[in-house]
Amino acid sequence: MKIRIKFRKYGMMKFIGHLDIMRYFQKAMRRADIAICYSAGFSPHQIMSFAAPLGVGITSDGEYFDIEVQQTLPPAEAMRALNDTMADGIEVTDYVILPDNASNAMSIVAAADYDISFLEDRKPPASLEQFQQGLDLFFHRPKEVLITKQTKKSERTIDLKKLVYEIRAEEINGNISFYMMLSTGSSDNLKPELVLQSLFSSMELVFDEDDLKIHRRDVYADGGGRWIPLGEFYG
Amino acid sequence: MQSQTRERKLALSERILLHVDKPARYIGNEINSVIKDPAKVAIRFVMCFPDVYEIGMSHLGIQILYDMFNKREDVWCERVYSPWPDLHQILKEQQIPLFSLESQEPVKNADFLGITLQYEMCYTNVLQILDLSRIPLLAKDRNENHPLVIGGGPCAYNPEPLADFFDLFYIGEGETQYHALFDLYQKIKISGGSRETFLHEAAKIPGIYVPSLYETKYRTDGTIESFSPLFADIPVRIEKQAVTDLTDAVYPEKPLVPFIKVTQDRVVLEIQRGCIRGCRFCQAGMIYRPTREKNVDRLKELAKQMLKATGQEEISLSSLSSSDYSSLKELVTFLIDEFQGKGVNISLPSLRIDSFSLDVMEKVQDVRKSSITFAPEAGSQRMRNVINKGLTEESILEGAGLAFDSGWNKVKLYFMLGLPTETTEDMQAIPRLANEIAVRYYEIPKDKRNGKCQITISTSFFVPKPFTPFQWAKMYPPKEYISRAKIVNDAVKEQLNRKSLKYNWHEADVTVIEGILARGDRRVGAVIQKVYETGGIFDAWTEYFSYDRWMEAFRHCGIDPDFYTMRQRDAEEIFPWDFIDAGVTKQFLRREWDNAMNGSVTPNCRMQCQGCGIKKFGTGICVI
Repeated sequence: MKIRIKFRKYGMMKFIGHLDIMRYFQKAMRRADIAICYSAGFSPHQIMSFAAPLGVGITSDGEYFDIEVQQTLPPAEAMRALNDTMADGIEVTDYVILPDNASNAMSIVAAADYDISFLEDRKPPASLEQFQQGLDLFFHRPKEVLITKQTKKSERTIDLKKLVYEIRAEEINGNISFYMMLSTGSSDNLKPELVLQSLFSSMELVFDEDDLKIHRRDVYADGGGRWIPLGEFYG
Repeated sequence: MQSQTRERKLALSERILLHVDKPARYIGNEINSVIKDPAKVAIRFVMCFPDVYEIGMSHLGIQILYDMFNKREDVWCERVYSPWPDLHQILKEQQIPLFSLESQEPVKNADFLGITLQYEMCYTNVLQILDLSRIPLLAKDRNENHPLVIGGGPCAYNPEPLADFFDLFYIGEGETQYHALFDLYQKIKISGGSRETFLHEAAKIPGIYVPSLYETKYRTDGTIESFSPLFADIPVRIEKQAVTDLTDAVYPEKPLVPFIKVTQDRVVLEIQRGCIRGCRFCQAGMIYRPTREKNVDRLKELAKQMLKATGQEEISLSSLSSSDYSSLKELVTFLIDEFQGKGVNISLPSLRIDSFSLDVMEKVQDVRKSSITFAPEAGSQRMRNVINKGLTEESILEGAGLAFDSGWNKVKLYFMLGLPTETTEDMQAIPRLANEIAVRYYEIPKDKRNGKCQITISTSFFVPKPFTPFQWAKMYPPKEYISRAKIVNDAVKEQLNRKSLKYNWHEADVTVIEGILARGDRRVGAVIQKVYETGGIFDAWTEYFSYDRWMEAFRHCGIDPDFYTMRQRDAEEIFPWDFIDAGVTKQFLRREWDNAMNGSVTPNCRMQCQGCGIKKFGTGICVI
């Protein structure tokens, strides 16, 4: 039986990296007595796969992973069992029993959206109007927006026009904030820092990642013309 | 946990946390960590393991005391570990005081700072902790506003090199006297008594040593003339503390679960304390006497509770010699039956290799990937008799043979170099023994064996430790150690099966410093302080250790390091640690030294009582 679990990551847990979050949930499954399935062999591992890794320092309201179980409690009870054993900063917000033919979370991830704002003690390097203008010139008007993406081994040129589905600068509670919906997944994964860095350099502003607070709202599958949160899409 | 919604404020800013290596070392919040309301506790205790988080979190003793202290309503025990050099520098530059993980508040605000002393090379880290906490390094400079700094652990059996830095030491197992110490602290606090009054009264609690209340006098040759209390009501000898009933002793049913991978990332089940074997170099084998077992039913219960409370995927047995535990078969069978199907690995260190252990190992690990381990400690039978290691070449070859027949082809062998009376022949016997093991492997027909075998020989250099029969022994200069390793290495190359042998040896410089600190006296404290002040931290880490820095500090302090290492001590010499009554008498240790010199073997505790003195505790192996 396949289960999709959605969780929030907030507060100090943002300092715990993806691999450690995986290990954390493996232990949580045992503490909560979830009847998770194991692979065969001398070092059996849990059948568990995460949708889209989240970088260190980023908080999120929409993280997902799938597990395979032998049997399950009713979702509300299983969720309670998990939440009873969570550390401060992780909260399970959904536990969905998937249809047998559902594709796994990782394979259907297509997009994720983010809010990015400046840390309380940092002054934004430009005004909201300047950022909006900058976005217009940098992103909205051109036909293509080519930037260089560096990976561990290589660098390649990508077109932001094809990978940024939505981007805007706005004011929330008197603070400048960016919203962006970005291509996510194994093939065309785009990080919000890279998009913002490109914008800043087009505006000739100094970019310092340390000034930013990044929050992921949710992760989505491509529902044919609209984005559907993974928790509601079983493919 | 969930119910607690108020978010803790971290001591370090986001900017710092995102730039240091492994921020999880500094945020606390681990599963089963304990948060209390500071307004509702009377005593704030910060427990420290003076090394990096991943090492400190792997230590069982702290988990036991953390649990025991926090079970008291009036105490909040928190933790702190050594900030890694990257954060050390930031804390210094930005003048951020060192903080405990739970409350994220300065360590300096605590009532007690407890520091466990597990190995000598952490001594500079002790000073790092004090310095970063802004607690004066020297106990005499502290006042009512500073925590009481208390040391414990095996190195506290010779606390003298650290005597100036600690307000008090706890000698022995923590489970027994901390309640008395806390009760006393409360009583004196309520009555408005001073730090001095507390220390004076604490010194009367069995096992508590307050160094400032004692005085050492030296002879002109540098040895100790006398060591005595400054007051008539302060005990002359400090009696080590030991748990009488290990089964009923407090044990953490809910151990901490770190977020990052730590060295010992598993549930640890302590099956027994102490060791019956009496190896003459081994300090643990002497100071943890008498050997006491934890009842197997209690262990089964604990295993269930701990795995449930942590969700760990591995459980490991802990003891100095697991094969000597009387219900080992029953326990291991239970663990395999109960947990193996649930994806829990079972790890069995320090098992004697025989048909039973091999049978168990086959069930719990992948034979092709794992190796079997022997610790003969010495290559020749003569040398093994000297150290009283009752492992014969015959039994090693038999064990290895059984393992090879079951499909293993990797063997690890551990030895020591620089043991008392060691000759070139003893050294050369090490590779010869390894070669014999390889010979045994190649006796298996080609079609039945699993390719080539791989025998790894590792040697460390012997360091004489207090409260062992070898406490009188001399050490050697670094060059001499290296030349001994070279003799072994040359002999490895002469072996017929040399292509199946691999040899690793330890560094020699650090061995010498460890030896000085292990048997040092109060005068060595100044050297430790100098090393810290000239930049020495993380001396247990090869990349940070500097022999030259230590030598320079000795020169600066006018202290001759050879005094502590190059002398074979006289039978009559008063040692800096003689005021501690470890249960094992000096007469017994000296008898064992003489036996070592005669190469005669002493039977283990189960075979025959040797009258070591520990019987007065009236428990464990002594009363069976």
